[in-house]
Amino acid sequence: MPRAWKFGENLNTDEIIPARYNITIEPKELARNVFCEIRPDYAQSVHPGDMVVGGPNFGCGSSREHAPIAIKGSGAACVIAPSFARIFFRNAINIGLPILECPEAAAEIADGDELAVSLGDGKITDLTSGKTYQAQPLPAFVLQIAEAGGIVNFLKTHTIEDLV
Amino acid sequence: MGTLVEEIFSRKAGREVHAGEIVLLDVDYIMSHDNTTPLAIKAFREIGKPIADKDKLVIHFDHAYPAPNLLAAEAQKKALDFIKEQGLTHFYHQGVCHQVMIEEGFVRPGAVIIGADSHTNTYGALGAFASGYGSTEIGVAWVAGKTWFKVPPTILVELEGSARPGVYSKDVMLYLAGLLGMDGATYRSVEFAGSYIQSLSMQARIVFSNFSTEIGAKCGLIAPDAVTVDFLEHETKAAPPYDLVQPVNPTYERIVRVNVAEIEPQVACHPDVDHVKPLSEVAGLPIDEVFIGTCTNGRYEDLEIAARMLKGRRVAPYTRTIVTPASALIYKKALENGLIQVFMDAGCTIGVVGCGACIGRHGGLLAPGERAFTTMNRNFIGRMGSPEAEIYLGSPAAVAAAAIEGKIVDPRPYLEAPYA
Repeated sequence: MPRAWKFGENLNTDEIIPARYNITIEPKELARNVFCEIRPDYAQSVHPGDMVVGGPNFGCGSSREHAPIAIKGSGAACVIAPSFARIFFRNAINIGLPILECPEAAAEIADGDELAVSLGDGKITDLTSGKTYQAQPLPAFVLQIAEAGGIVNFLKTHTIEDLV
Repeated sequence: MGTLVEEIFSRKAGREVHAGEIVLLDVDYIMSHDNTTPLAIKAFREIGKPIADKDKLVIHFDHAYPAPNLLAAEAQKKALDFIKEQGLTHFYHQGVCHQVMIEEGFVRPGAVIIGADSHTNTYGALGAFASGYGSTEIGVAWVAGKTWFKVPPTILVELEGSARPGVYSKDVMLYLAGLLGMDGATYRSVEFAGSYIQSLSMQARIVFSNFSTEIGAKCGLIAPDAVTVDFLEHETKAAPPYDLVQPVNPTYERIVRVNVAEIEPQVACHPDVDHVKPLSEVAGLPIDEVFIGTCTNGRYEDLEIAARMLKGRRVAPYTRTIVTPASALIYKKALENGLIQVFMDAGCTIGVVGCGACIGRHGGLLAPGERAFTTMNRNFIGRMGSPEAEIYLGSPAAVAAAAIEGKIVDPRPYLEAPYA
């Protein structure tokens, strides 16, 4: 069953993946060192479908996409946080890493809780506590990009004018 | 009608737009550098469509240039091959991308510029909308010539009064970072205004826009005025006429007012940019490396402040002191006016123009257990090398004083009694 990996507030891009590992853009390679300084057990123990649960201002710092790519490469199904830093927010959408803004869920879900998430309607269920949460629905054009698997895939068959 | 960002976006959109709307806008320039261009090329190749307007692309090699290792060399060769293949003409390697963007005249009031670097916000000091994006989005903009924006709400930061001697724009901005917090302006445009801002040189103003990234801001804008016009005419290649866009009957989400006369020298302490204290509270802390440079405080005025203090003095014997001019133009002026000689006589090491030690890839990495005091804008764990090192941020004067004494000290006595 997918489990939650809990992180604190203002988690910056250097804490997600230190700059010295950004010598590659290969997702699996980056994933080997994701969260290595603040949560060294993550890369070893994360299972595909697990979820990252963060605090406010998740992903602040640099514009580097290595951070969301490293998380996606680790097999995490999504990131749940009360709020995201703006460049991380756009980068995650653009590379196709689902992100959900939900302050209540992010605050109450405990590390290791079993989770079920329905990305389509933003419903988050904490199976350990039995509580359910409703994340802020993503704007339609963001869903369009996410459904295409990222903006690059979207543009293969569309023009940017199709977004708005 | 609207805030400065609403006015800039409205002109581009050809209609009045307001906070909360999503708009698709033409961008004037798309900036990327050696660190972020390779991923943009990957996105560009995958999309498989041509560049919309090659004149919009501006590529800089500054983050680790010349290449300090084989991996960086290979990445830069690939980027250069792309630049040649596409016949791109705006290619630079003479300093930090943001400084060179301004010097070369790409930044004008009213322009919309996106960059694959979080500190692209820097250009807001000249009244341009400028913001940082990820590489994929930059590759997308190469193909589309435009990108989507959510028009941000605006926080007005009104700075009134005169700063005390020895208190610089960096101290005021660090104070604001401590006040507002590192997510204090997330998704927001911040407009810096008030009599204090108006009194500042452009070099000092740039610190605010540059650092607005560190409080989460989408952009950090200053309305263009006579100082802007004078700077554009004399210190950049941007030829007139200039579109001096101004806020018109703006509605602000929040107004923050600060009397700068009450601010004393500030320091952002390890390991967060909003962990800000008055310098007096951390005085005495031993410093292993002083680094003067970067897109925040590596401009001529900053070097001049440090040189005035270091003239006729020596840096502490065990404090590695690195001065890295932000651009070749600044380096040349510093050479012509004797600043570089002052630094060398004082025992400083002069770095290669560019980002230098700021990103921990070359030019002054920190060993475990070392502590740096720098003019940078970021003190995250591991940024300058070892994750077991500490980074403190301050004004050029504050770090120059630390270089002399090997510890954090009040810079003001050195300013009051310069050696020469």
